[in-house]
Amino acid sequence: MRHVIIGAGPAGVVAAEQLRKFDPQGTVTLIGDEPEPPYSRMAIPYLLMDRIGEPGTYLRKDPGHYDELRIDVIRGRVTTVDAKARSVALAGGGKQSYDKLLIASGATPIAPPIPGVDLEGVCACWTLADVRKIIERAHKGSSVVLIGAGFIGCIILEALAARGVKLTVVELEDRMVPRMLNATAGGMVRRWCESRGVSVRVSSQVRAIEGAKGAAPLRVLLEGGDAIPADLVIQATGVRSNTGFLDGSGIATERGILVNEFLAASVPDVYAAGDVAQGRDFSTGAYVVQAIQPTAVEHGRIAAMHMTRGHRHAQRGTLNMNVLDTLGLVSSSFAQWMGVKGGDSAELNDPDRFRYINLQFQDDVLVGATALGLTDHVGVLRGLIQGKTALGPWKKKLQADPTRLVEAYLSTTMPVGHNAYVI
Amino acid sequence: MLRALKLEPEKCTGCMQCEMACSYENEGVFNPALSRIKVFEFHEQGSFAPYTCTQCEEAWCMHACPVEAIVFNPATGSKDVLDDLCVGCKVCTIACPFGTVNYRADTGKVMKCDLCGGDPWCAKACPTGAITYVDIADTGLARMRAWAQRGEATSARFNAPVAKDAQNFDRAKA
Repeated sequence: MRHVIIGAGPAGVVAAEQLRKFDPQGTVTLIGDEPEPPYSRMAIPYLLMDRIGEPGTYLRKDPGHYDELRIDVIRGRVTTVDAKARSVALAGGGKQSYDKLLIASGATPIAPPIPGVDLEGVCACWTLADVRKIIERAHKGSSVVLIGAGFIGCIILEALAARGVKLTVVELEDRMVPRMLNATAGGMVRRWCESRGVSVRVSSQVRAIEGAKGAAPLRVLLEGGDAIPADLVIQATGVRSNTGFLDGSGIATERGILVNEFLAASVPDVYAAGDVAQGRDFSTGAYVVQAIQPTAVEHGRIAAMHMTRGHRHAQRGTLNMNVLDTLGLVSSSFAQWMGVKGGDSAELNDPDRFRYINLQFQDDVLVGATALGLTDHVGVLRGLIQGKTALGPWKKKLQADPTRLVEAYLSTTMPVGHNAYVI
Repeated sequence: MLRALKLEPEKCTGCMQCEMACSYENEGVFNPALSRIKVFEFHEQGSFAPYTCTQCEEAWCMHACPVEAIVFNPATGSKDVLDDLCVGCKVCTIACPFGTVNYRADTGKVMKCDLCGGDPWCAKACPTGAITYVDIADTGLARMRAWAQRGEATSARFNAPVAKDAQNFDRAKA
C-alpha cells in the first residue's frame, strides 16, 4: 500500500506513525510545505517567551525518527488532488501516487477584511516564520496591537507581555475568548489582563491599518475614530481550513472536508484529519471543524486505522475542549460549556480570587464545563462528560459545591468507600 | 515483571502519609499540594480514597502532548513527564479523563506519577496496605469485574491486610 499524507502537523505525523505500525510493508509519504521539521503550533507561545528554542517545538525530537520508521518526509505544496488517477500534484512539478490518501492540511489564519493588513509589520502568529517576524519587532517598550482576543490571541498575551511591550487588544465581540468562555468568565479574564497593564477594547472594530510617520511606523484606526500607534500588529481573528487546493477534485467541502464517521471523504480512499476535517462532534453528533490539538491527534490515529484495517468501528466523535493560559490565569472549557436546552447548571463565582467553575448538566449527566483558576485534576471534567456518567445524588452535591468534582468523579466511576463492591 | 500501584480505598484511614512521602521523595519537601497521589475525603460516608495515575497503556496524556514530553518508560511501564521538554501547554491536563496530570504554576510544567522510577514511596509509606505495589495482573481485574457486575454482587469476603516491608523498622538496640 502506498500511503500519502498531505500536511505535517500533529494529525499528519501521528497518522504516519500509526500507518507504519499497521502496515509495516507499505510506503508512507508525508508532505509538508514549511521548511522546518514537523513542529507544533501549540508550542509557539513558549518559543515567544524564550522558554524553548525552535527545536523545542518539533513534534519529534530525534532527527532520525522519520527515517527509522521509513516515513518519507518531503517538502512541497500540493496544488491539486486527482482522485480518479489517485495522485497528488506538487507545486513546481512532481507527482505522488497513492492507494490511500490522508488530507491533514490544517488551517490558515483569516486576515480581517480591512485595508492595510498586507503592510509590513502586520502578521499572524501561526508559523515559525511568523514568530521570527514578531521577535524582530516586539522589543521592550514597543507598541503592539493584537487584533482578536480569541484563543490564539489570549495564549500569546503572556509571551508578548513578557517581552515588555505596550499591548493593546482589540476584540470585535463583547468579551474575551467568546467561543470558549461565557460573559462572566470572559469578563474575569479581561479584568485580569487589565490589572496587569494590558489595554483591552471589546466591542471594538478595526477600520484600517495605515503607515504612519513618527515614532511608530503603523497606526491602527478603530471605528469611532480612535487611532492606536503600533510597531507591530498581530492579527488573530480565527483560522480557516485549508481546502482551496481541492477545488475541482470532487472532494466535498463545507467549512472543512466533509467526512463520515470513518473520517472518509466523499471520494473513495481519501480521508481527512485535524483542522481541515469537518468531523463528528462527541456532544452533538454534528460535523464541525474543531481545530484543536487533541482532536488532530485522535483523528490521525483513527484515520490511519480505517485506512489500513477497513471501516470497522464508527467514530463516536471528538470532544471539543480547550485549555488556555492568559498571563497566568488558566481557563479551560469542555464540550457544551454554554449549556443545553432544558438542562441545569451549577456555578461557583469568586471574582476576587479569579476562580470560577460552571457545570452544565442534562438530567444527571455532565455535558459541559468551564473552569478558571482550576489546575488540579481538571481532566475529570472530560472523564465525566465523555463517560456520560450518571451522577445520581452527586448532581445535587455539585450544585451546592462545584469544587467537589473529584469526589463526584471517584464516587460515580470507581468503587469507593468501605468494602465497596470488592471484598 | 511489570508492577502497578494497587489502591484499595476501603483500607485507607486518611493518614496522608502517602502524600507526605510522595512530595518528599519527588520535591524534597513535605507538602501535600506537591504530591502526585491525593487522598480524597468523603465526609458523609466517613471514608477515604487514595487516587493517582493508573499508567494507562494508550495514555491520553502521552498521545495528546504536542512536543513528545510525556514518554513511555519501558522499565516500569509508567508514562513520565520529561521536564526539559515540557513547555507547560496543559493539553495533557484536559486530555487525561482521569484527571491525574496537574499543572504547576511555579515550575510552568505538568506533573504526574512516575512510580518513583519503580520504587513508589507512597506504597512504602502506607501503614495499612491501602496502597501496594504489586504484579500488574493483580491490580484491579476483580475490582473492575465487580464494578461492572455491581448490583448482582455476591457475599463479601475479607481482604487480609498485606504484610509490608516498610513496616519492619530497624531500631538500634538499646
